[in-house]
Amino acid sequence: MPYFGSEEMVKELKRALSNPHVQSDRLRYKNYITKVIRYMTQGLDVSSLFMDMVKASATVDIVQKKLVYLYMCTYASDKPDLALLAINTLRKDCADPNPMVRGLALRNMCNFRMPGMTEYIEQPIVAALRDKASYVRRVAVLGCAKMHSLQPNTEIDGRIVNELYALLRDPDPVVVVNCLRALEEILKDEGGVVINKPIAHHLLNRMKELDSWAQSEVLNFLLRYHPRSDDELFDILSLLDSFLQSSHAHVVVSTLRLFLHLASAHRAVQADALLRTSAPLLATCSAVSRELRFAGLCHVQQVMRSQPGLFATHYKRFFCGYSEPSYIKFRKMEILVELVNDENVSLVLEELRSYCTDVSPELAQAAIAAIGRIARTYSEKCLDILTGLLALKQDHITSAVIQTFRDLVWFCPQSTAAVCQTVEAGVDRPQDSEGKQALLWLLGAHGDQMGSAPYVMEGYIDGLKTELSSTVKMELLTATVKMFLCRPAETQDMLGRLLHYCIEEESDVCVRDRALLYYRLLQRGAEETRRVVTGPKSDPSMSVLTGRQEEPISEWASTFNTLGPLAGRDSCPQTDAISAADQPSYSAGEELLPGSEDVTLSGPGDTEEEISLSLGAPLSHESFEKMWLDLEILHRQALGVSRPRTAPDTLQASLQLEKIQTLAFTPADTVPWKAYIYTRSTGTLILAELLQGATDESLVLSVKQQPVNQHAIRRFVSVLKSVLQTLNLE
Amino acid sequence: MISQIFILSSKGDHLIYKDFRGEESKDAINVFYEMVTALSGNQPPVVMSHKGLNFIHIRQGGLYWVASTNTNPSPFTIIEFLNRLAALTKDYCGSLSEKSVRMNFALIYELLDEMVDFGYIQTTSTDILKNFIQTEAVSSKPFSLFDLSNVGLFGAETQQSKVAPSVAASRPIMSSRGEQGGKNEIFVDVIERLSVVIGSKGVLMKADIQGEIRIKCFLPTCSEMRIGLNEELSIGKSELKGYSSAVRVDECRFHQAVKLDEFDTFRILKVCPSQGEQTVMQYQLCDELPCAPPFQLFPSVEKDYVNRVLIFLKLRCDLPPKSTALNVSITVPVPKGSTSMSQELSSPDQTAELQPKNKALLWEIPRFPGGAQLSALFKVDVPGLSSASLLEVGPVSMSFELPKQTCTGLQIRFLRLSPTQTGLSQRWVRYVTHSDSYTIRI
Repeated sequence: MPYFGSEEMVKELKRALSNPHVQSDRLRYKNYITKVIRYMTQGLDVSSLFMDMVKASATVDIVQKKLVYLYMCTYASDKPDLALLAINTLRKDCADPNPMVRGLALRNMCNFRMPGMTEYIEQPIVAALRDKASYVRRVAVLGCAKMHSLQPNTEIDGRIVNELYALLRDPDPVVVVNCLRALEEILKDEGGVVINKPIAHHLLNRMKELDSWAQSEVLNFLLRYHPRSDDELFDILSLLDSFLQSSHAHVVVSTLRLFLHLASAHRAVQADALLRTSAPLLATCSAVSRELRFAGLCHVQQVMRSQPGLFATHYKRFFCGYSEPSYIKFRKMEILVELVNDENVSLVLEELRSYCTDVSPELAQAAIAAIGRIARTYSEKCLDILTGLLALKQDHITSAVIQTFRDLVWFCPQSTAAVCQTVEAGVDRPQDSEGKQALLWLLGAHGDQMGSAPYVMEGYIDGLKTELSSTVKMELLTATVKMFLCRPAETQDMLGRLLHYCIEEESDVCVRDRALLYYRLLQRGAEETRRVVTGPKSDPSMSVLTGRQEEPISEWASTFNTLGPLAGRDSCPQTDAISAADQPSYSAGEELLPGSEDVTLSGPGDTEEEISLSLGAPLSHESFEKMWLDLEILHRQALGVSRPRTAPDTLQASLQLEKIQTLAFTPADTVPWKAYIYTRSTGTLILAELLQGATDESLVLSVKQQPVNQHAIRRFVSVLKSVLQTLNLE
Repeated sequence: MISQIFILSSKGDHLIYKDFRGEESKDAINVFYEMVTALSGNQPPVVMSHKGLNFIHIRQGGLYWVASTNTNPSPFTIIEFLNRLAALTKDYCGSLSEKSVRMNFALIYELLDEMVDFGYIQTTSTDILKNFIQTEAVSSKPFSLFDLSNVGLFGAETQQSKVAPSVAASRPIMSSRGEQGGKNEIFVDVIERLSVVIGSKGVLMKADIQGEIRIKCFLPTCSEMRIGLNEELSIGKSELKGYSSAVRVDECRFHQAVKLDEFDTFRILKVCPSQGEQTVMQYQLCDELPCAPPFQLFPSVEKDYVNRVLIFLKLRCDLPPKSTALNVSITVPVPKGSTSMSQELSSPDQTAELQPKNKALLWEIPRFPGGAQLSALFKVDVPGLSSASLLEVGPVSMSFELPKQTCTGLQIRFLRLSPTQTGLSQRWVRYVTHSDSYTIRI
């Protein structure tokens, strides 16, 4: 912040600091130094006072010393030649009998960020590493890291590294942790500090002496250690057990992360750790500090990806407080939607209903969208609430409700009739473009079920000249064409007017091109147009199977307790759904991604026993079909078992238990009987068909895979066979 | 690993800036301030990033406390550290405000210098820090005799039946060697935060209590202190001790310095408090309220003339007759487009106003004795009122504080310093319940 007359002020300070009268009066002198620091903080350039400040550093007053050091560290890089003058004083202080003065001088000398410092600081640092005061050793250890960062490209000094490794046994806990930090920086190019068994156990045994900051840092370093045996693993876990209940949230979360990491092969241990930390995590969600609350909520969301039921009984803890900032309320609503079950649905809906009239329109819209998400499972109750909200006749609410209706109809076709009835019964015209688009989409896609639809649309066509948004115009074009296909008599005239206007008078190129496209298409005849324009009216993936998948913990454990979960996500799930509605075809490549993360868990050289199957994100019918047609059959065999005579649900459930997803199968008594299933394993996607012809005794299995991994196929076949055999036994 | 720490005023003035690693330029402050002021409210503001530099900030005392880093650290660690920094600043400066930070900036630099080195947290314990901090705090409000005559918000009932002034605890911990010498005090506060949702028919739908026992210690040296809690305190769902009057909490956590060897049998916490403020015990009780909810509301909302809504509120305070609720404020959402309001209140010290920006009316009652019942009538003019607009009235939210009250019933039986020090040290026990969120549906 450049102040008016700042140069004058600096000059005045310079005069005062060099005034011998001021210098002899300690209090006045110190006051002027304080003033310099104050200006420095405010952003004023006071570097021209460097010489005077160096003089001021020769004092016995520690407060004054500290202030001057702060000044010197800030400007040393700008005035390296003058800073050298200060080094003599500092080096002298490094030999002071008072450990506080020694530590202070060394720390600040290491903070001078200018080239050529190393030769001055190396000797004092090495000496201070053996100082008898722990305060000085702490400073010296970090000084090693600072020295390295001054000359990042020089060779690593093995002597210092060895000395630091030796200091890991220092009696002072802060020195120990600082050693880890310094080694980590110095050895960054070689992969950081090595945590071998003796070091790991040494650290574990000293955990109790450390303060909470050091504890969570050491826990982070321990992530690097791999216990040799299960016995050792469980020894470590029981040593760390008490830290899961620490009163510091950061220690609890770091411990949990280490548990999840170390016990990655022991599901039960992971689940137990999550259960035991659920109480402290919930407590952070209602901490006094809002920021901590937010961090807690974001991490609860992560845990819920694998254990959706863990917090179900605590759903009331996620009710929004009236004074909470909206970024917390948004997260809480997202969590509430996930926690809904048969018992709490009416209470949760009642709570969400009360947010819909919130003074913040964003919050109200988010609450309405949340109700819409719940409506995919509990449509009746939610539709009542949503319809009731329309009576408020407020623009932002109406618009949000209509957008929610559109998404609901897309994901949950059975609610179409009720939605159409509500829309038909009279809905206020939404004023914003998202709302308009949603209403037009509904009219276009389900115009056959709404008697008044063409007249509502006509209103929009008549008001076209005043419409500003081009996306609304394009939606209007699509919707009118769709409407024309199902109700030609009522729509023909207005479609003509619309196309005429858009082609002749519209200035937006996109709208004009879209209109021309429809015009040419209509010239090819109604059937051709129908084939191109009408797509599916609802989400084509099988709704029975869309139940939320429990992700494996490894999917998120690597980002747990990092900034990742807190970083802003630009889009809420609702907008994702809308874009999905616009583009029904998913790209197959994208869907492969979630499974491919498994690669890191086991390399290609692993033996067959270690290959496990996983569920990953569900595949849509289209992408399955596309891949099935694209890929070659890699493996075909008769399984030697016949089709299980159990109910389809049982078959599906038991396959899912073994991480095999069912995409579709033919009804029980059709011949030939077919089932399509898929699974993922170590980065590959396995698609398979089960077929039982009229004459065959045994099921025939055909497997396709992308990318090819024979181990995984063998594993898959054996798993599948055992499932089918067990089912047949029953 | 922290690159920089800075403290900004709400207007963006640089109060404190310290660069620990020299990796980032000072422009980061302006980048941060531009980002934080450009937020639209629904973006999560705690973590922001700009070109690989992550900003993590908290807001306390109206100030931004920011840490910047180019690594991916634990958010919990950084947030708790910033909270701790703010708490220490409050301990050392007496209070937390732009003014006190401005006046004590040298002290805060000194603190930061000892707390963080090269971006790594070294220590935040007052016991260690007090050996290194040399600057005297400048108190923004001198401690005067006049303050002593004020009766505090908190009642204090210890062996000395005196009342601690409410400002007594908001002074710098280090200034004890000054002219206010002899103030060897220790405050033990039991603070509970209540969050309640009451359904439209007066049914309690949700009740959570978050509580903590906080010590604020001004004794220069302190030996072990024993804090005795209710003997019949039981922890967890299943465990029940004694008779029905038992005080129960779901779960509790302790500061790691607390010794618990006598806790299981006698409910005694042993701790050696260090100077400054610290939380020795945190506890919570969910889905249960051992006492009646402190307030019950009986609302009626009617449409009066064409464009007027009548809101009649009857509020009853269900506290015991001796106690009082303070600073009670009631926020009632009103229909959009409300233009003006007239009110009938039962006493002159109450106030009510319409806040068109928040679509709400605010009714404030400075003191509300237990057992009393107050009523108020509001006539709100809403042009273009429809019957659906009445749905916009509600839910009502309240905020208040209840001095000398804990909702769980947790009490401190005794407070003993051993070995008993000379009469110089004064011990204060204070109880208070705050409303974290108190919502009543209409």
